[in-house]
Formats: sequence, structure tokens, C-alpha cells
Amino acid sequence: MTDSNKVLEIIKQISEQIQMEKDFLTELDNVIGDGDHGINMARGFKEVEKKLADFSGKDIGSILKAVGMTLVSTVGGASGPLYGTAFMKAGAAVGAKNEMDGGDFLNAMDAAIEGIKMRGKAHEGEKTMLDALIPAYNAIKKTYEENNDFKAAISQGVEAAEKGVEYTKTIIATKGRASYLGERSIGHQDPGATSSCLMLKVIQRSL
Amino acid sequence: MVGIVIVSHSEKLAQGVAELAGMMASEAPVVAAGGLDDGTLGTSFEKITKAVDSVYSDDGVLILMDMGSAVMTAEMVLESMPDRKIKMVDCPLVEGAVVAAIGSSSNQNMEEIIEAAQESASEKKL
Repeated sequence: MTDSNKVLEIIKQISEQIQMEKDFLTELDNVIGDGDHGINMARGFKEVEKKLADFSGKDIGSILKAVGMTLVSTVGGASGPLYGTAFMKAGAAVGAKNEMDGGDFLNAMDAAIEGIKMRGKAHEGEKTMLDALIPAYNAIKKTYEENNDFKAAISQGVEAAEKGVEYTKTIIATKGRASYLGERSIGHQDPGATSSCLMLKVIQRSL
Repeated sequence: MVGIVIVSHSEKLAQGVAELAGMMASEAPVVAAGGLDDGTLGTSFEKITKAVDSVYSDDGVLILMDMGSAVMTAEMVLESMPDRKIKMVDCPLVEGAVVAAIGSSSNQNMEEIIEAAQESASEKKL
């Protein structure tokens, strides 16, 4: 079980990790995008971090929704509406709970993925964050359903997300700014898939 | 008159498009919502929201945008105002804005303007 305070702590850690990886994410985006992913994510999560104190005492659904709204308002690039929608949908899926278990996490992650698909009109295999998130979700679900051990499940999820990030190197981008580059996008990993993987790693580490 | 909001990653581009549209139809309520608050490249939920507010009337508002996050952020602004008459238009930004401004200043309704702006996509330059 993870309670509201733990969720706040994980979000803070995600923010810290994003600030640390800011230049790396921007570098990746410089090659195949518009070079703002790290800067934008760092700006958005910095604002989230400032608001964390206001979120304390709230239920998990409200916290995730507030994180999403903050990202929408402050990121400034495509990851704003995409991660913003993901967190808002995850929050709506968890609802007014003060504790969540592995099943709640899976529901939230499923809603987040559906939100990203809807907002980005995107599918798996287009060199986007979905190429990390969908295999991760499937791995977490499979392991959790088999042995009810969330720690083991999230580890499998991170492994699948890392493979997903590697996979994005092999394919042509057909969504987002990188799609204008066509074949030139091959050989480079997707910045969105990379930041998604990073978030899952933080969750794994914190449990 | 239908309000028109120009959304772009670039503050200058949005302002330029609004300026160009205003040249043909100075009475049309056209407003730019480009870039982030600090003037850097990006799209701002707040800026778009304020721009919609500033030209909103019962005649409604049309949003014209460039690409990527401009489309997605505009979409989220729309979702945050479910009771309002607002639509996004899928058209070339410059040509569509000029056509839309002319339509608005000649008191066309939202549907008529959308149709005309979308048609601008198939007009050949050469």
C-alpha cells in the first residue's frame, strides 16, 4: 500500500530526477526534435515541486490531477498536454483514495496511457513515450497478476520500459516533431520514451 | 463577430499572423497567443485561455494553430470551457487566418468561416 504522503514523496523524487537529467533529455531532443524536452519538463516539474506543500493532506486522485494541471499550465511543449493528460486521467482513475495498491496503480497507468493515446492521437510503434509505457504496463500487469508482488512487478516494468526506449532507436518517428525528419530519426532514442522510463525507475527505487 | 485566436509556438509568428489578418479586416477581433510568458518558444495554456476570453462573444471563437503542442494545448483549453462556443480549425495558419478574419468582419457565422478557412488548404500558389 502506498499512501498520499508516499505519492507526494515519489513526485518530488521524479522532479529531482528530471532536473538532474534535464540536459540529457534536451540533448536527445536536440537531435530529433525541437530541443526543449528537458528544459520544458524541468520547468513543469519545478512548478509541481513548489506546489507539493499545498497538495499535502489531499487524496491521491486530487494530488495526481493537480500535478497534471500544473504540467499543462507550465511545461510549454508537447509533453505538457501529454503528461498533463496522463496524470489527470490517472488521478481520475484512482479517485478519492488515501491509499493505493498495485491494482490501483495498474488502473491509473492504464488510464494515463489511454489519455496519452487520445491527446496525441498516437499508437505504439510511432517512436513516442507509448513505446516505453505500454510494454511497461503489460509487464507490470502480468507479473502482478501472477504473484501479487508489486515490487517485482515494477522491476519487470522498468526492464520492459528500458527495452522500449532501445526499440525507439530502431524505428522511424511518425508522430511529433521528429516525424518531419523521416529516416533521419532512426538510430536515436525518443526523448519522451526516455522521460517515461525515468519516472518508472524513480517509482521502482522508492518502493 | 466571431473571435479568432492565433496560437503558435512563436510569439512573433502569432503576432505577425494576427497583424497580417488584421490588414485585410481591421474590424475582426483577431488576437495572438504565441510563445510562453517569458517570450521563449512554446505554447501556453494560460495565454490561450486569456486570448479566448478577450475575444469571446455569443458569436463564438475560432482557434487557429501551428503544430504539435499548439494543437494539444488548444484542445485542453477547449475542454476547460465546455459550455462555450469554441472550435479549432484545421487549416494553413497564415492563409486560414486571413480568410477567417475576412469572414468574421463580414459577419459570417462560425461554420461558414471554418469551411472557408479549411478550403484555403487546397488553394494552389503555383
